[in-house]
Amino acid sequence: MKVCISSTGKDLESEVDPQFGRCGYFVIVDLDTGSVTSLKNPGPEASGGSGIRAAEAIVNSKADILLTGSVGPNSFSILSEVGVEVRVGVKGTVADALKQYEAGDLCIIDSPNSSAHNGMKNS
Amino acid sequence: MKVAIASGKGGTGKTTVAVNLALSLGGVHLLDCDVEEPNCNLFLGLELEKLEYVTCQVPEIDPEKCTLCGKCADFCRYNALAALPSRVLVFPALCHGCGGCGLVCTEGAVREKPGILGILESARSDSSLEFSRGVLNVGEAAATPLIRALQRHIDNSRPAIIDSPPGVACPVLAVIGAADYCVLVTESTPFGFHDFRLALEAVKALKVPFGVVLNRDGLGDSRVEEFCGAKGIPILLRIPDDRRIAQLYSEGIPFVEEMPEWKEKFAGMFSAIRAIMESGEGTE
Repeated sequence: MKVCISSTGKDLESEVDPQFGRCGYFVIVDLDTGSVTSLKNPGPEASGGSGIRAAEAIVNSKADILLTGSVGPNSFSILSEVGVEVRVGVKGTVADALKQYEAGDLCIIDSPNSSAHNGMKNS
Repeated sequence: MKVAIASGKGGTGKTTVAVNLALSLGGVHLLDCDVEEPNCNLFLGLELEKLEYVTCQVPEIDPEKCTLCGKCADFCRYNALAALPSRVLVFPALCHGCGGCGLVCTEGAVREKPGILGILESARSDSSLEFSRGVLNVGEAAATPLIRALQRHIDNSRPAIIDSPPGVACPVLAVIGAADYCVLVTESTPFGFHDFRLALEAVKALKVPFGVVLNRDGLGDSRVEEFCGAKGIPILLRIPDDRRIAQLYSEGIPFVEEMPEWKEKFAGMFSAIRAIMESGEGTE
C-alpha cells in the first residue's frame, strides 16, 4: 500500500502542502516496506491545468492513497477514474500527516473540495 | 477606425470609458471583447440576440486505436489531456484547439469534434446603439478565438469602440493588435502605474498608436502624469475622482447620461484621436 502526501519538501520532516496541484513535491511512503521516496510535482510548471499534471504523476507513481488539503474537479476526476483514495485535512509535517492517517483523522472525499484554479490564488 | 480601450490593471475604468465614449459619439459600433466578464451591457441594458456560437476543435480519443503511449498528453502545453494507465482523459475546457495532439498521435486515435467556447450576441437592430459582445463559457480557458470571431462582426461602415479585457495576455493582444488606435486607461496609483507600463510595452510592441485616459484623477499621486510628460505620451482625457461619477457607476448608469457636459469632452477626445491618426503621430 503506497501513500502519497503533498509536501513542500522531499522527506518525512518536510512540511505538508495542502495545495494538491501546485505543491512542490509528493512524498510517497510504502507502508508495507517502509520505503520513502519523493517525486517532484510537475504541476507548478504548468501555466494551467497543473492539477491534471499532478494527478497524472500520482497515478503513474502507483500510489493507492493521496493525503492532501484540497483537490479541484479536474484532478479529482483523474484520481477517481483510477481509484486513488483521496483523504484531506493534512497538517504539520509529512510524518504528522501519516500519523493523522493512521489515527483515522483524515476523511475520505468523494467529490472535489476545491474549485479549479484555486491554487493560482496563492502561488 | 477601430479604437481599443485597454489597461494593464483591471478595474481602472475601461468599460466606463468605452460605454461613455460610445454613448457620447452615437453612430458607432461598441464591442465588448472582455469576453470573460463582458460588463458593458450592465450599463446599457440592451436586449441582445444571438449572432452565433463559437466553437473550437477539441480532441476525442478513439479507445479502439489508442495504445496509451501518452504522446498526446506530453505534447499538450495546456494540459488538456491526461494519459492514464487505462485511458486518455480529455479536458475540453483547457483545450486551445491547436490540433497538436492529433499530429503527434501515430495511431490515428485522435479525432476532432467541435466544442462550444461561447456565444456572440448583438443588440437588436432597432436599438439606440449598435452593440456586440462575446461571452466565454464559464471554465473555458481560450478567450482569444472567441474575440477573433467577434472581431469578424465589426461594422466597418462606422467607428468601432472596443472594450478590451484587462491584463496583457493573448486576449488583450488580439484586441489591441487589430485596432487602429489604443486608449490606455489608468489611474495614478502604484498598481495602476505598474500595470500601465506593462500595457505600454504591449502597445509599443504591436506598433499601435496610443494615448492615455487618466481615471480617478486626483487620487494617488502624479507619477503617471510625470511619466507621460517625460515620454511625450498624450493624456487625452482626465476623469476626476468624483463621488457622483462613482455613485452613478454603482447604480449602473453611464455618467454621461446624467452629466451631459461630459459628452462634449468624450467627443473632443475622439476628435483628438482622429487628428492624431490623420497626422500619423501617436507612436513613439
